[in-house]
Amino acid sequence: MATDIIIHDKKDNVGVVVIEKITPKQDCACWIMEDDSSTNIQSIDEIPLGHKIAMVDLKEGDTILKYGHDIGKVVKSIKKGEHVHVHNVKTKKW
Amino acid sequence: MEIPKSFLGYKRENGRAGTRNHVIILPVDDISNACAEAVANNIKGTIALPHSYGRLQFGADLELHFRTMIGTGCNPNVAAVIVIGIEPKWTKKIVDGIAKTGKPVEGFHIERTGDIGTTMKASKKAQEFVMWASEKQREECPLSDLWISVKCGESDTTSGLAANPTVGNLMDKLEPLGVHLCFGETSELTGAEQVCATRGATKEASEKFMKTWSSYNDFILKEATDDLSESQPTAGNIAGGLTTIEEKAFGNFQKIGNCKFIDVLEPAEEPTKGKGLYFMDTSSAAAECVTLQAAAGFNIHLFPTGQGNIVGNPIEPVVKLTANPLTVKGMGEHIDCDVSKILSREMNLSEAGDELIKTTLRVANGRLTCAEALGHREFVMTKLYRSA
Repeated sequence: MATDIIIHDKKDNVGVVVIEKITPKQDCACWIMEDDSSTNIQSIDEIPLGHKIAMVDLKEGDTILKYGHDIGKVVKSIKKGEHVHVHNVKTKKW
Repeated sequence: MEIPKSFLGYKRENGRAGTRNHVIILPVDDISNACAEAVANNIKGTIALPHSYGRLQFGADLELHFRTMIGTGCNPNVAAVIVIGIEPKWTKKIVDGIAKTGKPVEGFHIERTGDIGTTMKASKKAQEFVMWASEKQREECPLSDLWISVKCGESDTTSGLAANPTVGNLMDKLEPLGVHLCFGETSELTGAEQVCATRGATKEASEKFMKTWSSYNDFILKEATDDLSESQPTAGNIAGGLTTIEEKAFGNFQKIGNCKFIDVLEPAEEPTKGKGLYFMDTSSAAAECVTLQAAAGFNIHLFPTGQGNIVGNPIEPVVKLTANPLTVKGMGEHIDCDVSKILSREMNLSEAGDELIKTTLRVANGRLTCAEALGHREFVMTKLYRSA
């Protein structure tokens, strides 16, 4: 089955778009690499290849998990299905 | 896949083996570049390695300069070396360092002779060296003669998803066969430093890594004007979907697979603890990092990219791989190994690792890399601080 989104680890709250782009309200097939399981999500935003989608609702101060690890903090609340990037997430370093 | 047990390389006087057979014209300092380039222009089949430094450096910075110069000359991909400097003393120091390998090396200094006289003398010797080297034949060498360095660049999320794990898969398969492996990029492990430290094979290796990373981080905290945004991650990384340095670091870290590092090397330091994986304290800028790894004796380089870094090195062939289908489509002339089918799940990681092993061996056996065919010869010295 075609995969639109890949998720590294079961604990992750974001996935990565692996097709050229996903469009708003697209029903996307997600593959979780860690345990070879599948899930689905409906997108809100248009999201290009390589960019992240929120798999759950996230509020300011929440931690983004990818590879099962902390990769930064939410600085503006994010709804499930929205684009996750520099406009709503910041590093905890520096 | 059954992994071949050997490759065709050039056996060197000191027991190492090269994947290339270069005769290099090595300037000691910036002002000797013109003479070195004149010699390389005169004598076909030689290459000059111009760079920007080598005057008034001191202390650890000068030591690194010498280590990089001598190490570059000692690399087994180099058959013979002409060293050209402005002054006799530093020129001789580099010649003597390279001569320990047993390979042909000769130095020339420009003071009291000038560029034209020096070019003539050095050209005569370079001609002798290149004609001698041209008779060297490739011979069967054990796989363990491969010293493989890795560094990623212009990364995006496809690097962490697929291209870097492909390199990790290759490491997992080749490490038991006795190859030397090296990863670096101190700054780009920021965010994953604690996890990386746990991958030290010994307590000493882990502690040495944390000390190296902390020293770098202290420097950044002292010099940084804001949060390094636009430098880490770069604008290219951000365009590719990478949001934070932590995300970049965990992606970067996929390159070592499940291997553990046995020691931490200074920049351009030759490993001395035998086969296995080493971490080297390097800049995360591509050309600087590859130059340091080549100077430590690594003879083939694997370079995963997302958005399409195009770096090459004059003596160490740089094999590019990418998992980003748009990069393959838009700039395929830079990509030696396409693993983009991982994203569409038409290829699994182990298959991708096998493809990369095949590509690596073809390049080790003599196939030109894309960067070599396109003339990429980035030789960039790392400078630690201001000169005296």
